[in-house]
Amino acid sequence: MTRIDTVLLPELDGPVPATLPSALGLLSLALGVGALVAPGPVARLTGVDDSPSARAVLPAVGLRELGSAAGLLSGRRPAGWAWSRVAGDAMDLTLLGRALADRRGERRRRVALSTLAVAGITAVDVLSAVRIGRAQRARARMIRMEIAVTVNRSPAEAYRFWRDMENLPRFMAHLESVRADDLRRSHWIARGPAGQRVEWDAEIIDDQPNKSITWRSLPGTRVPNAGRVRFVPAPGDRGTEVRVELRYAPPAGALGRVVAKLFGEEPEQQVRDDLRRFKQVLETGEVVRSEGSPNGISVRQQAMQRPAQPLPTSRR
Amino acid sequence: MMKATAWMGTDSVKVIDVPDPKIMNARDAIVRITTTAICGSDLHLYHGYIPAMRKGDILGHEFMGEVVEVGPQVRNLKPGDRVVVPFPIACGHCSSCQRGLYSVCENSNPNAGIAEKIMGHSPAGIYGYSHLLGGYAGGQAEYARVPFADIGPLKVPDEVSDDQAVMLADVFPTGYMGAEMCDIKPGQVIAVWGAGPVGLFAAASARLLGAERVIVIDRFPYRLRLAEEHIGAETINYEQADVLDTLNEMTAGRGPDACIDAVGLEGHHGNAAMYAYDRAKQVARVETERPFALRQAILACRSGGVVSVVGAYGGFVDKFPMGAFMNRSLIMRTGQCHVQRYTRPLLERIQRGEIDPSFIVSHRMPLRDAPKGYKIFQKKQDDCTKVLLKV
Repeated sequence: MTRIDTVLLPELDGPVPATLPSALGLLSLALGVGALVAPGPVARLTGVDDSPSARAVLPAVGLRELGSAAGLLSGRRPAGWAWSRVAGDAMDLTLLGRALADRRGERRRRVALSTLAVAGITAVDVLSAVRIGRAQRARARMIRMEIAVTVNRSPAEAYRFWRDMENLPRFMAHLESVRADDLRRSHWIARGPAGQRVEWDAEIIDDQPNKSITWRSLPGTRVPNAGRVRFVPAPGDRGTEVRVELRYAPPAGALGRVVAKLFGEEPEQQVRDDLRRFKQVLETGEVVRSEGSPNGISVRQQAMQRPAQPLPTSRR
Repeated sequence: MMKATAWMGTDSVKVIDVPDPKIMNARDAIVRITTTAICGSDLHLYHGYIPAMRKGDILGHEFMGEVVEVGPQVRNLKPGDRVVVPFPIACGHCSSCQRGLYSVCENSNPNAGIAEKIMGHSPAGIYGYSHLLGGYAGGQAEYARVPFADIGPLKVPDEVSDDQAVMLADVFPTGYMGAEMCDIKPGQVIAVWGAGPVGLFAAASARLLGAERVIVIDRFPYRLRLAEEHIGAETINYEQADVLDTLNEMTAGRGPDACIDAVGLEGHHGNAAMYAYDRAKQVARVETERPFALRQAILACRSGGVVSVVGAYGGFVDKFPMGAFMNRSLIMRTGQCHVQRYTRPLLERIQRGEIDPSFIVSHRMPLRDAPKGYKIFQKKQDDCTKVLLKV
């Protein structure tokens, strides 16, 4: 994952962005250090201080925890390391179960409390591992695009047109409408070829007049997506290089299939067409239409061109 | 409903009834066509050499007529204006248009995506010239929609006839650009391959631009006669003489200073075996063109001279004599004509009486006879050089 992805799509790191694996790692670190440095007090606390074998096992458990901590804090393969914690939890529960069987009185009470605590931690670990895994898979499905077009207009003109988010459906084919709720927030409605609708709210998270606009869907949307457009003066006084980066993470399942259809089989080509239409609107005033392509430029339509004849009145 | 000439498949056109065109963009105009022409490049469509044609496509990119309706953004024209329409559709505002390169307008091809896959970048849209170049309905019809009407169409004064003005849509500017690209200096000898309308206008324009001698190469005696009688050109019939030998002889071994290819992708060759080689490859679709004129123009051209290509090509050429081209410091200049650049100055030349472009017209017939017009133009029957359809 590149740095831009984390700027654009924090949702992909799950409900506790990027910090969930680290939090688990710190927990492992604390437990591991405790078990290694102070096996005596830990044994007393958990009610197993009467067993020599428990005193021998505790540092081993501490080492295991340090291993998990190192893995989780390294940031690599967080889902795997989160599951390593679950495995450790299972081992601890087994040991505690055995300890519970041959203890009575105060020690039995302490072992039971420890068992309850570990069971709670296990639940948190399982939940976290599932979430981290889901975020990783979403990230693997994420579609990234970087496409550019040169427009014979100044960066200020190109920026002004794009900054009015309600203009976006004029050149983005899959959008039915964008409603600006205020200067930052907007509500987007996209429509697929078979009429399926997908809606989300987005906010502008970085706005540099005449230079760039960065937006992303609000947390909680089912189709996390984000984009950045930069308006770079084209060399040789040839207008503006409009450079667009888009990220979106289609969910799994039926909604994912709808989203996939929205962008077609060649999502890059579709965005390229969007930028061509942007250029047409800025340079000529509107999307250019022909009798064969009455809705303007569209790869989807190129496959099913109508003959180059005037349209029957009913189609206008 | 209106009558329109439609492409129905290889070697088949029909006049059919289609809906009347309507304004689709704010800068459109609707023109009631009075005169339209069949172009040599329409024959490439007719023969099926241009990809992405669909049954029912309306043909025709050379037309003129009367404005009957304008979109809200068209302020330079009004109903009743008599106009001739340039064949490349150009927006006038992209970088290419602003540099005068109208035939590579960056906005006028709504199917630019397919064109890019074949050509790298997309050229402009053209009326009635395949879906690769936009899928625009053409002008061999009673009416046509003209996009970017505030940029393209030229008003034609009453004293200039339809037969003269319609030549400004394509063939006269195309021939003129072919000659202009030769950068003609006093004393120069210009050779032109092809005595069709574009070749004849290239030869005539080379004269207008000050060429000392103009040599026209073709195989049809009636066309070569037009070049001799109307342009004062010398001629070579390539079926009767070896072109390279003759050109060397005529220029005392130098070769022509510039060579204009006004033939394009469906060339013929005096040597039957040479013709069969490229024809066979074309039929097998391993080569899309028969570039005899281009190869010969390169070999004939004086070292350091210009090869100017205005004949239409669509795809790929085999046996391109790159060695000769490179080692002899040749220059190639080419392009679909940037018609919008030339319409006004050429209209003025017509008004000043420097040229009467209607000299190439051999046939005038009603629109309903378009299929017959295609047939006789294809077969070069009845000394056919240019067919005008009157609406």
